[in-house]
Amino acid sequence: MSQVKSISPEKMSLRDYYLTRLRLTGRNFREFLSKLSRNPTAMIGLVIILFFVFLTIAGPSIVPKDPMQISLTERLLPPFWMEGGSTEYILGTDQLGMDLFSRIIVGTRISLMIGVLTVSISIVIGTILGLLAGYYRGVLDNILARFADLLLSFPWLIFAIFTMAVIGPGFYNLVFALTFKGWVGFFRLVRGEVLSEKTKEYVDAARALGQNNFKIMAREIMPNILNSIIVLGTLRMGFMIIMEASLSFLGLGIQYPEPAWGSMVNIGRDYMLSAWWISTFSGIAILVMVLSINMLGEGLRDILDPRLRRIE
Amino acid sequence: MQAARIIERILIAIPIILGIGVVIFLIMRLTPGDPVDIMMGQAGHVSEREVELLREQWHLDEPLIVQLGHFLGDLLRGDLGMSFTKGRPVWALIMQALPATIELAMVSAFFALAISIPIGVISAVKQDSLIDRISMAGAFFGICMPIFWLGIILIIIFSINLDLLPTYGRIGSDVNLQRITGFYILDSLLTGNWEALKSSIRHLILPSITLGFPMAAIVARVMRSSMLEILRNDYVVMARAKGLNEFSVIVKHAMRNAMIPTVTVIGLEVGMLLGGNMIVETVFSWPGLGRLVVSSIFVRDYPLVQGVVMIYAFTFVFANLVVDILYTYINPKISM
Repeated sequence: MSQVKSISPEKMSLRDYYLTRLRLTGRNFREFLSKLSRNPTAMIGLVIILFFVFLTIAGPSIVPKDPMQISLTERLLPPFWMEGGSTEYILGTDQLGMDLFSRIIVGTRISLMIGVLTVSISIVIGTILGLLAGYYRGVLDNILARFADLLLSFPWLIFAIFTMAVIGPGFYNLVFALTFKGWVGFFRLVRGEVLSEKTKEYVDAARALGQNNFKIMAREIMPNILNSIIVLGTLRMGFMIIMEASLSFLGLGIQYPEPAWGSMVNIGRDYMLSAWWISTFSGIAILVMVLSINMLGEGLRDILDPRLRRIE
Repeated sequence: MQAARIIERILIAIPIILGIGVVIFLIMRLTPGDPVDIMMGQAGHVSEREVELLREQWHLDEPLIVQLGHFLGDLLRGDLGMSFTKGRPVWALIMQALPATIELAMVSAFFALAISIPIGVISAVKQDSLIDRISMAGAFFGICMPIFWLGIILIIIFSINLDLLPTYGRIGSDVNLQRITGFYILDSLLTGNWEALKSSIRHLILPSITLGFPMAAIVARVMRSSMLEILRNDYVVMARAKGLNEFSVIVKHAMRNAMIPTVTVIGLEVGMLLGGNMIVETVFSWPGLGRLVVSSIFVRDYPLVQGVVMIYAFTFVFANLVVDILYTYINPKISM
C-alpha cells in the first residue's frame, strides 16, 4: 500500500514487473493489516462497519416484520420494555404501525449505499481530474481549479439543499447532488499531491527512461498518493451519510415511508410528545454508523498518512 | 501595505460572487425540461398569472446567454425578484428574517468558542489525562452526530421531560416586544423589557447549543492539536526556564500562536454554521432565513429559494474574507 519506488520496469518484462509489484504490495498489505490490528479504534470501527455491511446484504431477509407493512391497530406502540410494549415490536412502532426495529435494519442499506456510491464516484472523478490538472497544468488546470474554488464557496448543506430543491427528491438525485460537490475534495488532494510528487527524482527517472505520461501517472505517481485518497475517502463517507440523513430529514432526500433513517427521525418529530422512540432510535443508528466509519477513518489516517491530520 | 492587500482580497471576492450567481443560474435553468413547467407542475396550485410572472421575471423567451446577462445585471443591482407565494420582493423577506438568523448564529458561535477554546487548551496542557480523554471523546461524538437529531433529543429531554425550556419559536407568545432592530435580545435591552429578555434568552438556549455543538467539537480538536505542537517549541521551554508562571506561559505565549490555525478553521466552520442553521431553524421553528428557504422549497417559490441561497453563499464568502483579514493581524508574517 505504501511507497513502491524500488523497481525499474524498463529492465524487466512486463510480467516480472507486475509480479514484483504485487509481491511488494502483498508485503506492504500484510504490514498494513498488522498495524491495523494493533489500532483498537480502527478495529472497533471496522467490526461495526462489517456488521452494517452484513445488515445491508442480509437485512431484508432477517428482519422480523415487513418494514413497509402498515398496521393501524398497532400505531405508536412503545418499545418492549415499556408499559404497553410487546416483544413482537422490539423498538416499538411508528404512526402507521410499522415496525421500527425492522425499518432501522433495512434502513442501513440506503445510508451505506449512499455513502459508498457518492464517495466512489467522487474519488473516480476527483482523482482523474486531479491527476490531469496537476500533471499537465495549463488551461485545463486553471479552469478546473477555479471551478473547484467556486464550488467550495458554497456551504455544503446549502448547495445540496438547493440542488435537491431543483432536481427533486429520490435516491439517484441524492447521489448526483452529493457528488456534484463531492469530487472537489479529492480533486484538490490529488492535484496538490501530484504537484509535489512530480518534482521528485523517481518521476524524473521514469521520464528519462522514456516512459510515457500515462504510465508515469498510473504506475509511478498513483501508488504514492493512494493512501491519502483512501483516508480522505473513508472520512468523507461518514460525512456523506450525515448529508443524506439531513436532506431526508428536511424531506428533500428519501421520502417516507421508504425506510431511510433521516426521514424516520423527521416523522418522529411530530410525535416527540407521545412517541420519543421513533426519532431517538433512528438517530442512534445514524450516529453509530458515522461514529464507526470515522473511527476507522481516523485509525487509517494514523496508519497510512499522518500528514492528513493537518488538513482535516 | 496591509490596506492594499485587503483591497486586493475584496476585489478577488467579486468574481467569486458573480461565479456563485452563474452556478445557481445554471443549476436552475439547465435542469432538463421547461423550468416553469417543472416548477409549476410540482407546485400544483398556481395560476396562469404566476406562470406568466415567472416567464417574465426570468426572461425565459430569450436565449440562455441573454437570460444570464439579465440575471447577473439584476444581481449586481441587488434585485432578487419577487416571491410567488408571498407577493413581496425577495429582498424584503430576507431582510425581515435575517436578524433572527444572525442572532442565533452569533449566540451559537459565541457558545461554541467559549467552550471549545478552553477545552482545547486544557486538553493539550493535560494531554492524556482523564479530562483530555473525556473531552476528546465528546468532540469526536460532536463531529459524528447529526444535528437535527441532537436538537430533537435536547427537546425531548429539556422541554418535554424536564419542562425547563421552550420547544420552539423565538419568544413566548404571551410576551410583547416592540421591534426596533429585529434582534430580540438587543430590542428588549433597548426598551428595558426584562420579561422579553428572559423569554428570548430561554428560547435561544437549545437552538444555539444544537447549532454550536459541531463547531465546538471541531474547534476544540484543532485548538488541542495546535497547542500540543506549540508547547513543544523552544520558546515555550525558554519562557518556562525564565521562571514565568505556567498561566502566562500558556495564555501569553502558547495560546496566541495556537490561535492561528484555529482562526482558519473557524472561517471554514462558518459554512457549517450556515448550513446547520437551515436544519436547526426547521427543528426549533425559528423564524429566520433557514426556515424561510426550507418552507419555500415545498411551495416551489423559486425566486425566494434562489435569493436566500445566494445570500447564504455570499455570507460564507464574506466570512472567509473577514477571516483572511483577521489572519494578517494575528500573524503579520503571513502575506495574503
